[in-house]
Amino acid sequence: MAAAQEPTTKKYSKGERSIPHHTQKASKYYPAEDESAPKKARKTLRPAKPRSSLQPGTVVILLAGRFRGKRVVLLKHLPQGVLLVTGPFKVNGVPLRRVNARYVIATSTKVDLSGVDEAVLTKASESGYFTKDKAAKKTGEEAFFKQGEKPEKKETSQDRVADQKAVDKALLATIKKEAHLVDYLSATFSLRKSDRPHAMVF
Amino acid sequence: MGDADITTSQWRLVEVGRVVLFSAGPYAGRLATIVEIIDHKRVLVDGPASSKDKVVPRHSASLSHVSLTPIVINKLPRATGTGVVRKLWEQEKVDEKFDASNWAKGRVQFQKRRQLNDFERFKVMKLRKQARFEVAKTLAKVRSKA
Repeated sequence: MAAAQEPTTKKYSKGERSIPHHTQKASKYYPAEDESAPKKARKTLRPAKPRSSLQPGTVVILLAGRFRGKRVVLLKHLPQGVLLVTGPFKVNGVPLRRVNARYVIATSTKVDLSGVDEAVLTKASESGYFTKDKAAKKTGEEAFFKQGEKPEKKETSQDRVADQKAVDKALLATIKKEAHLVDYLSATFSLRKSDRPHAMVF
Repeated sequence: MGDADITTSQWRLVEVGRVVLFSAGPYAGRLATIVEIIDHKRVLVDGPASSKDKVVPRHSASLSHVSLTPIVINKLPRATGTGVVRKLWEQEKVDEKFDASNWAKGRVQFQKRRQLNDFERFKVMKLRKQARFEVAKTLAKVRSKA
């Protein structure tokens, strides 16, 4: 195609001149309607940066969702402002889980993460780890007739159980070293009548 | 007709020599003594404490910003200068007397508790529960014997 659009040279009596290819020539007519130009985006996509208080190993208080009020251990930052946390599961029933960094209170209590298996964490932070084995939603008629039946118990996949155990084993060993820390993590956080969260130190 | 029994009142008075605790304003938490009563709302106070962060400079203060303590510097002359106030303040051991009171101890504990983080608050709660349990246990023991 490129060769077809090359300008051709034409010879005249007084010399030669290069004639552009007809597709290269300016149009004789203006377009009847102005072509709309796409708006220039002035924003850039930056990686999410959680608060400085949210360092891995921090004990955080979950504020929203099924596990609200639980005190859990922050393991890692995932992209899009999501945090990877664990209860540990044995202590307060919170599994390896992603939580929004906005719905979390960071406390000043830290847990040493040095013994935690890094390979499991990277495996859990891959996209799809938490979503891949979700069953497709039943639609229409099938879902309607299923309502009367007893919902079948969801089996946790063996991989997930093994990952949970691998992460929690090292974590539990360090947590047990500090007095009262296990009880602290297993207790839920709530506000009492006289508590003023804006004036409290966490 | 019975005899009228007249006794002097036991409550704390706004008087020259009364030591006051600031509860509001820039000197909140500091001690000073009343040097002169200006009117029913304001007094001239002076707090020559030994450490610099506890000093209250001589100024006119609103009585609504201060609480009266049980401590009184006896025989403080009316409207005396800071020098005399300081001398009598040290002689009466105002700072030591106040620090030994339950009021001051409660204040210190309150300030300390407010600075605690979430984990420390939890530990305080747990230890208080344990202490309470021990007390209840001994009380039950004593009761069962009696």
